[in-house]
Amino acid sequence: MDAIILARLQFAANISFHILFPSITIALGWVLLYFKLRHDRLQRVLPGDMRWILAYRFWVKIFALSFAMGVVSGITMSFQFGTNWPGYMQKVGNVAGPLLAYEVLTAFFLEAVFLGIMLFGFKRVPNWVHSLATFLVAFGTTVSAFWILALNSWMQTPAGYELRDGIVYAADWVAIIFNPSFPYRLIHMLLASGLTVSFLVAGVSALRWFWGERSDDLKMGLKTGIYLAAILIPLQIFAGDMHGLNTLEYQPQKVAAMEGNWQTSSHVPLLLFAWPDEETRENHFEIGVPSGASLILRHSPDGVVPGLNDYAGKHPPVKPLFFAFRIMVGLGLLMLAVSWAGSFYLWRRRELPRLLQRVFIGMTFSGWVATLAGWYVTEIGRQPYLVTGILTTADAASDVPAPMIGLSLTLYLIVYASLIVAYIGVITKLARKATKGQKPQADTPTQAGTFAAAE
Amino acid sequence: MLSLFGDPTIWLPLAFAGLMGLSILIYVVLDGFDLGIGMLFAWGGEAEQDRMMAAIGPFWDANETWLVLAVGLLLVAFPVAHGIILTALYLPVVLMLIGLILRGVAFEFRAKAEGSTKRNWSRIFIMGSFLTALTQGYMLGVYVMGLEQTPATIAFGLLTAICLVAGYMLVGSTWLIIKTEGDLQSRAIGWAGRALVFAAIGMAAISVASPLVSPRIFEKWFSGPTILLLAPLPIGSAVIFIVLAVFLRNMTPAHDRWCRLPFIAVTGLFALAFTGLAYSFYPYVVPDRLTLFEAASAPDSLLIILIGALFVLPAIVAYSALSYHVFRGKATPLGYD
Repeated sequence: MDAIILARLQFAANISFHILFPSITIALGWVLLYFKLRHDRLQRVLPGDMRWILAYRFWVKIFALSFAMGVVSGITMSFQFGTNWPGYMQKVGNVAGPLLAYEVLTAFFLEAVFLGIMLFGFKRVPNWVHSLATFLVAFGTTVSAFWILALNSWMQTPAGYELRDGIVYAADWVAIIFNPSFPYRLIHMLLASGLTVSFLVAGVSALRWFWGERSDDLKMGLKTGIYLAAILIPLQIFAGDMHGLNTLEYQPQKVAAMEGNWQTSSHVPLLLFAWPDEETRENHFEIGVPSGASLILRHSPDGVVPGLNDYAGKHPPVKPLFFAFRIMVGLGLLMLAVSWAGSFYLWRRRELPRLLQRVFIGMTFSGWVATLAGWYVTEIGRQPYLVTGILTTADAASDVPAPMIGLSLTLYLIVYASLIVAYIGVITKLARKATKGQKPQADTPTQAGTFAAAE
Repeated sequence: MLSLFGDPTIWLPLAFAGLMGLSILIYVVLDGFDLGIGMLFAWGGEAEQDRMMAAIGPFWDANETWLVLAVGLLLVAFPVAHGIILTALYLPVVLMLIGLILRGVAFEFRAKAEGSTKRNWSRIFIMGSFLTALTQGYMLGVYVMGLEQTPATIAFGLLTAICLVAGYMLVGSTWLIIKTEGDLQSRAIGWAGRALVFAAIGMAAISVASPLVSPRIFEKWFSGPTILLLAPLPIGSAVIFIVLAVFLRNMTPAHDRWCRLPFIAVTGLFALAFTGLAYSFYPYVVPDRLTLFEAASAPDSLLIILIGALFVLPAIVAYSALSYHVFRGKATPLGYD
């Protein structure tokens, strides 16, 4: 394989591994704050009722673990820009630099410092300071998402810049930050994080329920997860649709690939399945809803949908976009059905049927799959450009020899695969421990001389 | 605004070099102590290990953020240099990152494990800390040698790798002296004394080697009267080494009210060493190839970052201080309740 493909694979491996954890910590921070505030409120009515704080203590461990995974994989990212894409900063560093710097300055330190107080400061600071620390950590993760999505969106739909001697200079920072695709991408990603977390919380809670636990804190977690999912998923479907329309306006070739549409025309069908073939530039085995794509994208069966042939040689690879998009949308629809069914049973019967418990357990990490699929659509959909219309991926690549990249890629993949297994293993173990009645953090004081670092 | 302090293509790169230098120094001291403790972990029993973990648990995350800031500043302020340096050091960078990943997650995994799983995560924590420190030291050596990798420079890199391990163990053990008491504190005093010797060798080696390798650095140090102005650096370092060695030899847990002194002394030592290095390489950001001024981004973009940094850095310092204040004193068991 040539060095560029390897460099792209390596970057993709790193950033895919990284995004898994922020997509949990962004929303889980806010969920933890919610648990904490519910606990505070409950104490005024029913002092000593620990249901919310027990839910907090169970989930804060998973938060801490996810946060650590996010931090270390994020450090890798700050080096990868230089090692894999030196041409990137040389060309657009004047825009990318300040956005990245503001992320570090306004978000990273805030999260990292207050995380210590949030995790270990419960007994050391007044309650309101602890709640404030929890808020600041959640806020920090969201601010971090704001800056990095501003930069990513700018790479998709650049604005507010000028080119002098082939180098990008910032002309209007408001236009750069609030570039055309930014609001849509930010909302889409924050909701994706919310859904990832609600299915994680619902799934792990369903697992504990499945194993026979019926504690109050578990019920709070299960309800929070399922109801939150049921509220967020219609919002997400709407936001995703808006994002798609925005992409149609600014990156039509991406939408053409997502829809698997070769020829610009009206009455374009919505393809449920097909096998796009870039050699012959046609689809095999098409199954579609007549005029469906025209209806969704133009809100009329006569609507004209752009086709890939208008962008021959300058459009992204079709198959990955076509299939990743269908995985994301399919999961979204499944989430809608499952979360609404779950909400119905919780509301009416106060219990989930056995089958639905299994479904929620199976969908514990469905948010990850949907998030990754969505990112693959948008990032592969930017190819062959690294920054749309300004810099191609090939021009930004480094001259590190292919075997070297191959070696580092292999090392990363081994480490990442092992860590994912360990991560899911630990979550399962924490659930098992909670079910066995060992509440997260025993209420008896720690024995003298035994120092448990985080447990 | 831009020309307020003279030519912005001069003072802005200087300001950023200063900020970056400060971040690296803070990183080396702060992450140095938790990396050092991670390596000293190898000599601790399980109960001791738990206590060592408690001494760094609330801090390590923010400490590593200084590395992100330093590398981030290199990336945004001197993008060309970021590319050249990190491409030249590709393999050690990858190994360092793997080390950082392993030790970072080991904190959390270890805390949630028991028995042999816990011991395995302790091993991973130790290995990750060693890998990080060794590769950082190696990169320092190769950077001093002008980023060339010949058998001689690689050998020098291996020497600096061992010495940085000693340096981190030194600052780690002095942090433990602050955060622990009793037997563990006694052991930490012993560790600090031994690490000090290797750290001294390392500093001496770099001080001797860098002028010999680079005629330009030789010129900067040993031509004319500047040597008088520079004399406080080596003399100050030597004084701190000797005072600290004597102090550590006589210190026992009974002298706990002096427990902060070794850490402060080591911080001073690191600062002096760093100043010397910075002076040697100024104005180059890639040794003998690329100066700060050639590598800098556009002044407009640098100014935007600088304004942000001037507002935010004091806040970062303030809430970091709050965190160290909240977790002051001897390390106690960490718990989520």
